[in-house]
Amino acid sequence: MQNLVEIRDLRVKATTDAGNVVPIIKGVSFDIAPGEIVALIGESGSGKTTIALTLMGHTRKGCDISGGEVRIAGRDVVRMSERQRQSLRGTEVAYVPQSAAAAFNPALRLLDQVIEVARIHDTMTMPQARAKAVELFRALALPDPENIGKRYPHQVSGGQLQRLAAAMALIGDPKLVIFDEPTTALDVTTQIEVLRAFKSVMRDRGMAGVYVSHDLAVVAQIADRIVVLKGGQVQEIGDTAQILHEPVHPYTNELLSAFEPRSFARPARPAEVTPPVPVLEVQGVHAGYGPTGPNGLPYKMVLRNVSCRLEKGCNLGVIGESGSGKSTLARSIAGLLPPARGQVLLDGRRLEPASAQRSKEDLRRMQIVFQLADTALNPARSIGDIIGRPLSFYHGLRGAEKQARIAELLEMVRLPRAMAHRLPGELSGGQKQRVNFARALAAKPEVILCDEITSALDTVVAAAVIELLKELQRELDLSYVFISHDLSTVQAICDEVMVMNGGETVETLRAADLPDGARHPYSKLLFSSIPQLDTGWLDSVPARAI
Amino acid sequence: MAVTFPTPRRLGYRMNLTGALAALVVLVWAIVAIIGPWFMTHDPGEIVDFEYFGPITKQLWLGSDYLGRDMFSRILMGARYTVGISLASVVLACASGVVLGMTAAVTGGWFDTVLSRLLDALNSIPSKLFGLVMVAAVGSSIPVLILVLAVIYLPGAYRFARALAVNINTMDYVTVARARGERSPYLILNEILPNMTGPVLADVGLRFVFIVLLLSGLSFLGLGVQPPYADWGSLVRENIGGLPFGAPAVIVPSIAIASLTISVNLLIDNLPTKIRDRSE
Repeated sequence: MQNLVEIRDLRVKATTDAGNVVPIIKGVSFDIAPGEIVALIGESGSGKTTIALTLMGHTRKGCDISGGEVRIAGRDVVRMSERQRQSLRGTEVAYVPQSAAAAFNPALRLLDQVIEVARIHDTMTMPQARAKAVELFRALALPDPENIGKRYPHQVSGGQLQRLAAAMALIGDPKLVIFDEPTTALDVTTQIEVLRAFKSVMRDRGMAGVYVSHDLAVVAQIADRIVVLKGGQVQEIGDTAQILHEPVHPYTNELLSAFEPRSFARPARPAEVTPPVPVLEVQGVHAGYGPTGPNGLPYKMVLRNVSCRLEKGCNLGVIGESGSGKSTLARSIAGLLPPARGQVLLDGRRLEPASAQRSKEDLRRMQIVFQLADTALNPARSIGDIIGRPLSFYHGLRGAEKQARIAELLEMVRLPRAMAHRLPGELSGGQKQRVNFARALAAKPEVILCDEITSALDTVVAAAVIELLKELQRELDLSYVFISHDLSTVQAICDEVMVMNGGETVETLRAADLPDGARHPYSKLLFSSIPQLDTGWLDSVPARAI
Repeated sequence: MAVTFPTPRRLGYRMNLTGALAALVVLVWAIVAIIGPWFMTHDPGEIVDFEYFGPITKQLWLGSDYLGRDMFSRILMGARYTVGISLASVVLACASGVVLGMTAAVTGGWFDTVLSRLLDALNSIPSKLFGLVMVAAVGSSIPVLILVLAVIYLPGAYRFARALAVNINTMDYVTVARARGERSPYLILNEILPNMTGPVLADVGLRFVFIVLLLSGLSFLGLGVQPPYADWGSLVRENIGGLPFGAPAVIVPSIAIASLTISVNLLIDNLPTKIRDRSE
């Protein structure tokens, strides 16, 4: 049988602003049979999206296809004219972007945007296209398929928007659909529905697909074959089951092991050593945004009566979906958003609600580390300045003493000393996050609030950061509050896990009991929605009652 | 081993040719403004030529003006007024505007509201009219001119800086600094200012040109630099009658203004990346 897609020795190069030519894709070859879904998996920068885009004959700005061929149904898109490619896009090959929210025009109704492909290519009449769109909405399990198209993009949820983006891609009956990390930005409970909708639609219509993702567990559910990429080269190609269970290439092994949930094995601590006073205690915190109402509470409540405690040398995980208030909890504890009610105790002593009123010493003992190291590091200041500031601010270090301590801190987070002279823009994501963490360590804190610090990192990098956190904890006697939406990360480092939903605590569990020890229906749903490295997982999970 | 000297290039302050040329022109005019009057060939107020709009000769290097005064000396003297007054007021306007703007953005609350409305009110007065009234009331002198021009251009600089600072103020690194317990002056100087130097410098260049033009306008109304001295703008204005004759008296000051304002802007646009935008 002839393959639908044949990629032979594909090469893509990029020209940097300085005029240097950098190869991005270095001779990639693979095939896609009709009706087959192939996943491209790899870390950021591995070239997976670049390859997916070449299937439409498109490259990002500054990039060029420098060699090889990409044949779709026997026709080479590399050597096509732009006009030929235009007729190809939407009808033969369609694209589902990562962020559907950014892909929809906020000023137009959804239905008009979904059927736009039919209008551009003039493949069917408008009433036909509308009928087809409704049919697709139904197939993608969208609520109220007859009328959802009359809404505007802001009137539907993120998961629904992602399915609408898929409908937009499928309306032209393409032979090949490219999914570019379509569920990465979604919560796990939403992701599972979107995945299920994608899978059934693709299976029913017998379309071939390219699924780009960094998440092996997601890919395991939907792909027939997996292409593992690194640095623009294919590491391994194989059937999904083979890649998952009998990986050949060491890099695939590394990816798999970074994904395996490793429970936090801490040396058994004698019970009597545990001090009766927890290092951090949160009692009945209420917090929110907007003007204060007559009841003394803010207009928009985000946290309602949240309490938790953190023993010295232990780690508390806070897990929940976006909007559950977990980041707000960190901000409230740090005093950035003073709680309207309730209190925060550090070592049994009450802290002032707002950070501006707290003493320097109290502030020093509790540090906060943010999710995005890109925005958490001042781009205009050198790494040495960034780490050095808490040293002079809290400890009054100057000159050579300060430089020595900066070097020591960089070493602690496994970065070379010479990095002190670089600017944040010159570092990779993982390095930036280490600097971000070193800045918190510089204060010699007792408690560190980690707000999704590994969420923006690749799995392998994130696993290394987690290892580092554990090591530093052993050496420096730290306690972490670890906020994440990712259960496996939380499991890897925490003693106790607090599940949050809608600004309230659902339940607190011991990490050892996870995930089966959950009793509350919400935590059960949350834990069961986390993709497993098992090809049959998606089909085994019962559909969520909508 | 060869000894390496810390040249600008080695320190990372690389500049392109356009920037270097522009810097040279600005530097030359700045030097002229400082030491130029010592090299004047004639007294700028003295009538030395019987011809008016005289051509370039050995005695009169840049010809003579509409009264027969030496243009070369008048341009050298004018440089002092144009470069000096404009530079002083642009520095005053932008420095105070940027500091107030950043303070308002960081402090917020009533301080921000009151200051913003106050400066909006000031902005609503037509600039020429305001200058006219102020100079007419207090009397024209160089410090008064500098102050009036600075006050006129302060609200714009404030608005610009505040808009930039408000955006930077919401970045995580500012939040981290707040959580660390840093006070406003540190936030303003170390966290916010380094991230807005590029746009602010571009704004300085633009405002400098506006001030040169407004200064010429005030001089035209007889409220700027007082005769017999004149800034470049007034030199153009008083010799405008020489335009049909192609007199150097009108062309040379025009070239002087153009070269200065264009160079200032080119210089700022081509500043080394390390100064202009460190985040790039």
